Amino acid sequence: MLTFTCPYCGVHADETELAPGGEAHLKRFGPGSEDEAFEDYLFKRENPKGMHFERWRHAYGCGKWFLAARCTTTLEVFGTYPAQTTEPPQEIKDKISGKRPGWTWRLFS
Amino acid sequence: MPQPVGGFALKKRYSVFAIAREAARHHLGWERAWASPAPKAKYDAIIVGAGGHGLATAYYLGKNHGVRNVAIIEKGWLGGGNTGRNTTIIRSNYLQDPSAAIYEKSRSLYEGLSQDLNYNVMFSPRGVMMLAQTQHEIRGYQRTAYANKLQGVDTEFISPQRVKELCPIMDIDGPRYPVLGALWQPRGGTARHDAVAWGYARACSDMGMDIIQQCEVTAIHQSQGKVTGVSTTKGEISCDKLGVVVAGHSSVLAGMAGFRLPIESLALQALVSEPIKPCMDVVVMANTVHGYMSQSDKGEMVIGGGTDGFNNYTQRGSFHHIEETVRALVETFPMISRLKMLRQWGGIVDMTGDRSPIISKTPVGNIFVNCGWGTGGFKAIPGSGWAMAELMAKGEPGPLAAEFSMDRFRAGKFIDESVAAGVAH
Amino acid sequence: MSTRLATGGRFLDRARPVSFDFNGKRLRGLAGDTIASALLANDQMLVGRSFKYHRPRGVVASGAEEPNGLVNLGKGAKFEPNQRVTTTELFDGLQAASQNHWPSLEFDVGAVNARLSRFLPAGFYYKMFIHPRSFWKHIYEPFIRQSAGLGKAPKDRDTDTYEHFHAHVDVLVVGGGIAGLAAAMAAGQAGARVLLIEQTAHWGGRAGVDQPQIDGKPAQEWIDETVAALGQMPNVQMRLRMMGAGVYDHGYVLAYEKLTEHDPSLAGPRQRLWQVRTARVITCTGAIERPLSFAGNDIPGVMLASALRDYVVNYATSAGDRTVVVTNNDDAYRTAIALKAAGLVVPCIVDARPSPAGELIQTAREMGIRVEAGKGIAKVKGGKRVTGVAICAQAGEGAVLEEIACDAVAMSGGWSPVVHLWSHCGGKLVWDDEKVMFRPDAARGPTGADGALFVLPGGTANGALQTADVLSDAFAAGQAAAQATGHKAKGKAPAGSDPAEGPISPVWMMPQGAGISLREKMWLDYQNDVKVSDVQLAAREGYESVEHAKRYTTLGMATDQGKLSNINGLAVLSDALGAAIPNVGTTTFRPPYTPITLAAIAGVAKGDLFQPVRKTPMHNWHAEHGAEFEPVGQWHRPYAFVRKGETTHDAVAREVNNTRKAMGLLDASTLGKLIVKGPDAGRFLDMMYTNMMSNLAVGKCRYGLMCSENGFLMDDGVVARIDEDTWLCHTTTGGADRVHAHMEDWLQCEWWDWKVYVANVTEQFAQVAVVGPNARKLLEKLGGMDVSKETLPFMQWADGTIGGFDARVFRISFSGELSYEIAVPAGQGLAFWEALMAAGEEFGVMPYGTEALHIMRAEKGFIMIGDETDGTIIPQDLGLSWAISKKKEDFLGKRAQERSHMTDPNRWKLVGLETLDGSVLPDGAYAVASGHNGNGQRNTQGRVTSTYMSPTLGKGIAMGLVLNGPDRMGEVIEFPKLDGTAVQARIVDQVFFDKAGEKQNV
Repeated sequence: MLTFTCPYCGVHADETELAPGGEAHLKRFGPGSEDEAFEDYLFKRENPKGMHFERWRHAYGCGKWFLAARCTTTLEVFGTYPAQTTEPPQEIKDKISGKRPGWTWRLFS
Repeated sequence: MPQPVGGFALKKRYSVFAIAREAARHHLGWERAWASPAPKAKYDAIIVGAGGHGLATAYYLGKNHGVRNVAIIEKGWLGGGNTGRNTTIIRSNYLQDPSAAIYEKSRSLYEGLSQDLNYNVMFSPRGVMMLAQTQHEIRGYQRTAYANKLQGVDTEFISPQRVKELCPIMDIDGPRYPVLGALWQPRGGTARHDAVAWGYARACSDMGMDIIQQCEVTAIHQSQGKVTGVSTTKGEISCDKLGVVVAGHSSVLAGMAGFRLPIESLALQALVSEPIKPCMDVVVMANTVHGYMSQSDKGEMVIGGGTDGFNNYTQRGSFHHIEETVRALVETFPMISRLKMLRQWGGIVDMTGDRSPIISKTPVGNIFVNCGWGTGGFKAIPGSGWAMAELMAKGEPGPLAAEFSMDRFRAGKFIDESVAAGVAH
Repeated sequence: MSTRLATGGRFLDRARPVSFDFNGKRLRGLAGDTIASALLANDQMLVGRSFKYHRPRGVVASGAEEPNGLVNLGKGAKFEPNQRVTTTELFDGLQAASQNHWPSLEFDVGAVNARLSRFLPAGFYYKMFIHPRSFWKHIYEPFIRQSAGLGKAPKDRDTDTYEHFHAHVDVLVVGGGIAGLAAAMAAGQAGARVLLIEQTAHWGGRAGVDQPQIDGKPAQEWIDETVAALGQMPNVQMRLRMMGAGVYDHGYVLAYEKLTEHDPSLAGPRQRLWQVRTARVITCTGAIERPLSFAGNDIPGVMLASALRDYVVNYATSAGDRTVVVTNNDDAYRTAIALKAAGLVVPCIVDARPSPAGELIQTAREMGIRVEAGKGIAKVKGGKRVTGVAICAQAGEGAVLEEIACDAVAMSGGWSPVVHLWSHCGGKLVWDDEKVMFRPDAARGPTGADGALFVLPGGTANGALQTADVLSDAFAAGQAAAQATGHKAKGKAPAGSDPAEGPISPVWMMPQGAGISLREKMWLDYQNDVKVSDVQLAAREGYESVEHAKRYTTLGMATDQGKLSNINGLAVLSDALGAAIPNVGTTTFRPPYTPITLAAIAGVAKGDLFQPVRKTPMHNWHAEHGAEFEPVGQWHRPYAFVRKGETTHDAVAREVNNTRKAMGLLDASTLGKLIVKGPDAGRFLDMMYTNMMSNLAVGKCRYGLMCSENGFLMDDGVVARIDEDTWLCHTTTGGADRVHAHMEDWLQCEWWDWKVYVANVTEQFAQVAVVGPNARKLLEKLGGMDVSKETLPFMQWADGTIGGFDARVFRISFSGELSYEIAVPAGQGLAFWEALMAAGEEFGVMPYGTEALHIMRAEKGFIMIGDETDGTIIPQDLGLSWAISKKKEDFLGKRAQERSHMTDPNRWKLVGLETLDGSVLPDGAYAVASGHNGNGQRNTQGRVTSTYMSPTLGKGIAMGLVLNGPDRMGEVIEFPKLDGTAVQARIVDQVFFDKAGEKQNV
């Protein structure tokens, strides 16, 4: 039973208020893209055993989508941030580095 | 330990006579069900994962294809993953042809598995019904019944009255979702999950295969695009072929081999009640309200529901799913209200982009994957092993596995069983 | 015999006798009794039969760890199987019956299994019943099922109620013994919000029995004062009869409160499930005493030493007149001392340790109790009741030195901390060689959302066994928890003292060198009949991991979940494998701590409250006018309005015919209505829909298709342009929330710089479809706005008033008839509906339901999401290419539809199907093609997606997806039926009625 702080309304929300949305920071590939790129975008997932960047919607709250950095083995949440960004805030990356030196995620580290 | 003779160890057979013989000497004469050898330097094939699917793959590699120089490597204990954590439902009433084919193959293998393995897996063809509680479900299950007829799968769409006859403890007139009918597969049922893993393990060991437990794969080695071996916590092991059969951790192993899978790892939970005397002779699945239930031979009501929605490797799920499932079943079976939940647990399942499994070649030569069984892997164990063994032995999929190739995601050729997805009007 | 003592009993109210039934026998107890204590007071030692061998079983314990004392409790709607007698409080009129025997508890035919036990070792069923194949299902399995199962299956519907509470606290303290009280005091004094819960009806735990000194006074005094002090703290909440059931991630704890079951005269819910969010959990859950493994340790009368003490001190009940105590530690001496003090006979203390020493041993000796050091029990004598014990040297193989007559045996193998809650969420354990126990490993505890440890064990649950250590450890945990939640620690820990104890000695088998025939009689798991020899057999056969051994033997899988047996079993396994206990590991503890009812989990959500029903403003009118409802998503929609004397089928046909000939009303309120507004709304909708929406003129409507990014058709509906930057998108009934979420997802996460707002106004409006040739006449009669063809042509909309109602009128049709869909504010929906019905009478108005809607749309060849689509269909399959923009560079699903399988020229495509004999094609039927595929399945070439008896045309009509269907018009294909026959159907155009669209466009 996870909890996340919604970065919009500040509510420390219970999982039952939230809707999960899978991996974050996916780059959309549209018409004209290569088959492989499109397949990767739609289906291929990092699915890491460890640090994961993911989407959540405060569905039964303010309705906003936000992103979270969470470990899939300890379920520790390293931070949440608005969905309107292409990369995690430095502050969250630093926090992860503090506990998980050497972590990487696609293009981030 | 008996020594292998001509590739086969001559292990004492299990029977009522063997029990009687051993009883006379206080059961001190039983031999090990499977050996626990140290790994050899090289095998023709290594299967990573000694769950049901991995062991079945090894078994049929040996039995059907004569490949017996095989190691099955397991990070923990054999059968300790989802094989020992599921609700043991076996059915094959799937809609799409490729699904129906492999699950029906599996179901039919289950029918003779105890005799085949000389290990009682307690396959109990008590019948499985999937309730229709909306007009949409009626249509979906009728369609499935028509499809099953042409697929050689024995199912029928039955009336609410027949549902009640088969399962008297059910309330078919619930105020919210009365039962409108059901898809009934009389030859579906349950089996004893641990026994499936143990039986295959014993049979594999009997064929001279090495089951190596407590041995984690830490790296996968390749040369010129082909697999050469693995590093493990018990040393380096070479192989010609590698089968990755590690539900829940498929992405982790794929990562070691340098490719990604269309898979996410999610927690799936189940629970059992305290045991009571027999009151339910069938398996019931109710998709509208999200719950399914059967009664084990021990008397426990075995209950399951849906998965969590977030990536998770902890084998712990969120309680609200248990709450939803129990609510649904108390509504459907009012008499269970005062029964008590004895134990709940979770497993990690891997979910593919179309919720159907993958039995496939991979971007790396001679590495094969068998994964993505989602919430329905147990029922598929024999069929999956059969198809995976064929793929590994021949290097190309046979008809059972052909449609489950992972390149279907690129082509857009999905195998989607969730026909109820488009509820509307 | 077991009996009630003349004096004492901390929990008893001797002024309040209580009568109850056991197996139909009327017995008497006292208020304050549990069923167990009352049964013992009535000399009812035999309480049940074991699972496998049907061995006679007596009460072993005094709490939640009890494996044997399980009864069928109550009758009818109050019936509950497997109720634990040691934790069930007695009340007047209670009815209990023992389980798992036939015909009676005293004489059980199933006990023949015990005689056959030689042939039924661990795992026997895996090795037999293999041949012949059919016998398992028909003969073996039914027999095994019938023999297993313990309690009876309830039959009736539960009439009690249950509820859920949600609580948010800083610190949850589980366990109201002295540790829990000290922890709560520490956290409470510091100012933290504390919830303290205790599973029994009494505060103080075992200290109330043993009465150590706390802060210089008897424990009971300290307990009373502390409970009173905590009760005064506004930030502390205290609950009795509430068990910590499970600890879950991020500080979520499930607790289970029993409200009325101990006293049926109380009103209100029977149980309450608490869902607690807490920053820290302190587990002061104490410890459970371990049995010793000696032959015959399952014979009724052999009990835990602590339990015997509890029964004497708390319930003034003696389990026997002569009790032999057998132990490997000092604590059991307390039992000998307590029994002796109560005037009972303790012929001997059998201590496995060669030279026990310590204050308690001294006291016992001084009281004249014989202590036999270095000895063990070779064998317990007796059948349904202990009659004596045979003593041997612990170091030997069991040669009998002496037989001692007794009718009870008090055993103690040491104490195991209750680590369940610590472990539920991943807390690891460490083996303590000195104390011979697993205890929480503070370095590897459960961590929460912030990565910090959130479960803190306290007191005995953390391995502290002496009162002084218990109090200081638990108080420190309370302070730490308070500090972690931002409070300043205050006060100091209470000081405790009790007699100094000597070391425990690990004893896992008694005697140490017992041969196989003794080991076959040493029970580890009393309920499931698992013996020492079974675990050894498992190890011998290669079931070496704890999980394998446990599952192979069923050790620890009974309803007590191995509270007594797990550690003993593990030790036997370790010994058999020649490995140290910590190297063999432990099994994983799963919630709940003790079983909780499914009813409590379900809470109030049953019957009408099972799931909320969404109702339109006209719902009650429909119900009053014969509507048969069907669930569509969360909505209930009228399927048909059935009149007296009509079948549902008749009603549907009447509704269709009447609508086509005169006029019908459809409650369309459930259709989703999304307002999409903003400068970029047009651009946004161009991405959402396959067709162009940005160029839709204000005042006009357009049918739109919506695909997922994966290319599949997910929803459809009419879009209306309201003004320059506002569109109103209609969705399907089931799709409104999904489509809204889908739009928000793309807006917020992909095109977040686009200026667009989406609002779901579905429930703000009631919507009525006025359909049929007389539709215009009705609206003109009500008056208020011009609804003529000229002013309001097909596929346009207008605002105005109709009959005095503010209305937005859409000229759209899903039936092929002249049709107006009219939205009014939801609050006026019913009045508007009634006005339409009243004014429409002269025009033959009738309401119609979803089935008539379906038939009429099918007659017109319109697709229905969920019928023609199933999540695998692209618009191109449905002949809807006209609604897919060729001009747009991009829309959701466009790229996906370019994939090889989607552009395959050989796809199943939508056509009409007409049976040659005019019959109705079976719904869901498949058309066969020649031959079989590689898996032996019959090849197919199409399937039916919608099929109806058309009242309008008087014959069966259908739509279906057929391989290259549109290119095969006129071809006849075959649909096998389930009865073995087949239907021939011709591929035809899917529009069966009014192909030119003349009726709707008038």
